[in-house]
Amino acid sequence: MQKFKTIKSIPAYLPIVNIDTDMIIPKQFLKTIKRTGLGKNLFYEMRYNEKGTLINDFILNTSPFNNSKILIAGKNFGCGSSREHAPWALLDFGITCVISSSYADIFYNNCFKNGILPIVLPEAKIKELSEYSKRKEEIIVNLEEQKITFGNNEIEFEIDRFKKKCLIEGLDDIALSLEKNPKITEFEKKLSSKRPWIFND
Amino acid sequence: MSKTLYDKIWDDHLVHTQDDGTSLLYVDRHLVHEVTSPQAFEGLRNSNRKVRQPNLTLAVADHNVPTSDRSKGIYDEESKLQVETLEKNCEEFGIKLFGMNDKRQGIVHIIGPEQGFTQPGSIIVCGDSHTATHGAFGSLAFGIGTSEVEHVLATQTLVQKKSKNFRIKVDGKLSIGVTSKDVILQIIGKIGTAGGTGYVIEYAGSLISSLSVEQRMTICNMTIEGGARAGLIEPDQKIFDYLNGRPMAPKKENWDKALDYWSKLKSDNDADFDKEVTLEGKDIVPMVTWGTSPQDVISIDGRIPNPENEADEDRKNSIERSLKYMGLKPGTAIKDVKIDKVFIGSCTNGRIEDLRDAAKIIKNKKVAQHVYAMVVPGSGLVKQQAEQEGLDKVFKDSGFDWREPGCSMCLAMNADKLKPEERCASTSNRNFEGRQGRGGRTHLVSPGMAAAAAISGSLDDVRKFQN
Ligand code: SF4
Repeated sequence: MQKFKTIKSIPAYLPIVNIDTDMIIPKQFLKTIKRTGLGKNLFYEMRYNEKGTLINDFILNTSPFNNSKILIAGKNFGCGSSREHAPWALLDFGITCVISSSYADIFYNNCFKNGILPIVLPEAKIKELSEYSKRKEEIIVNLEEQKITFGNNEIEFEIDRFKKKCLIEGLDDIALSLEKNPKITEFEKKLSSKRPWIFND
Repeated sequence: MSKTLYDKIWDDHLVHTQDDGTSLLYVDRHLVHEVTSPQAFEGLRNSNRKVRQPNLTLAVADHNVPTSDRSKGIYDEESKLQVETLEKNCEEFGIKLFGMNDKRQGIVHIIGPEQGFTQPGSIIVCGDSHTATHGAFGSLAFGIGTSEVEHVLATQTLVQKKSKNFRIKVDGKLSIGVTSKDVILQIIGKIGTAGGTGYVIEYAGSLISSLSVEQRMTICNMTIEGGARAGLIEPDQKIFDYLNGRPMAPKKENWDKALDYWSKLKSDNDADFDKEVTLEGKDIVPMVTWGTSPQDVISIDGRIPNPENEADEDRKNSIERSLKYMGLKPGTAIKDVKIDKVFIGSCTNGRIEDLRDAAKIIKNKKVAQHVYAMVVPGSGLVKQQAEQEGLDKVFKDSGFDWREPGCSMCLAMNADKLKPEERCASTSNRNFEGRQGRGGRTHLVSPGMAAAAAISGSLDDVRKFQN
């Protein structure tokens, strides 16, 4: 996984609550067997009309937001289906940081597995930031120091210590867990005597 | 210290815990389907890793398979590639697969219980958010992303942080014509789609224990629509009877040992819940969704809400957006809303009892002239059972299409989908924009309500059709 570096970008604001993963990437694009290439279909039904042409006034179709690396959105972002195609599509489009007042659990987790930082801020701060985004000026997201800088202002954010470390160092989850192999083996040994039916179906 | 059922299952699966509470949990059962797994297998191959416990893994193709004649294979090239990729991966990594032409094939959350693969007290995961379904057996079951699928394949474990405990108690009895689908819709309407975020829900109370095993699955299935990753119910004799003799259920002395362990799976009487909600059976009526989020529910006697009455700005905007998408006007009686299609199926309501419920209503009646109605059984075995009972004939005689098992129009990834502005009474679980086809309008209902809508040609009250 790519290491997460400080981002400097003009943020795009999508003022919709409960954006579900069907909206982020509709099912017709789930037929892929790859992780890449989904960016062009991100938010497909909002970005393209029935004929497949770009809808000009959709924010991610307009400059400079078509190059945004930061997306600000309404609460409960990423609800619905567990499809990891949602973070893959965001990433492939170039978005590596989402800012919302809340996320659905599975989506939130999926972000970290793909080097995307989902920041949680109180509604009031979201308002402030989204207002600022209208200026089309760059803001800075610094994960190391857990702060967002915009103009002369700063907002601090909370993040789980371990998740932060994994993002910054670009750690491979599976490799980390495989280091615990002796413990897993030991657990399995106990399991086969405590709940033997698990292995003998 | 007293513990909830969730606490107990969690503790029994702990392989390791870090100082900050991040834990490594052992996974007993892993279900795999074609849409969320190809990239996980690819990842294993790229890093030269094996599947640690192929025997604890079961795969099936369900999302992409055609539900009409299968003898000619899959027409859509991409769908075909995805299904074939699953076949190849299962063979390469030694995983048991129910192929498209296996009679045990079906929706992943239907076949797990059907085979006895789903068991109380176990941790069950799948790259699919409706994995919560399996919680009906008193297991901790939740959906994971593809990276986590790869993690489970490689290590048979998962990195997790513990959720909080949420108990939803439903007491009393179900009134006639009311089903567990109405119970869960009402719950979601009450707590909202983010009400369960960060929690594991335990459903309890006399009404919940009075439900059949299949009805319980419908409730747990839609837990994710209330924002919680997992929802579970204390297992009881009904669950044990259901599992006894299933192909993958424990046998002989293992059965006795399992039963002994399973019977102890319950929350302590004085266990602490971080959040509690209570509902009364007598207040639950047939429900229907009017908007584009599962929390947008009203009773079948209700009217479409008016955004002007909303104080909260976000809520007002989202109602306006929903109504525009749904093509509905505030104040309209929901019963006056005409429909074009009816879909009976999905992992929420594609089991035999659901089909019986719908068949009872539709028997000796006809689907309205302007309506196209379809039944998609949840699995090959459900289909077979229904045909033995003659339900297929009841449906076909009344004008329903009788299809092959799969996810079908629940997410419209195969050829079954709504056209723009088409309106559907659906027994599935999501009424999101575009879920059943671009521009399609979904109203979530119970199987009986779907049957009633098919007959009337508009959303209608199933209680009118009770014999
Ligand atoms: S039936 Fe629908 S909700 Fe269930 S697994 Fe299939 S697509 Fe998902």
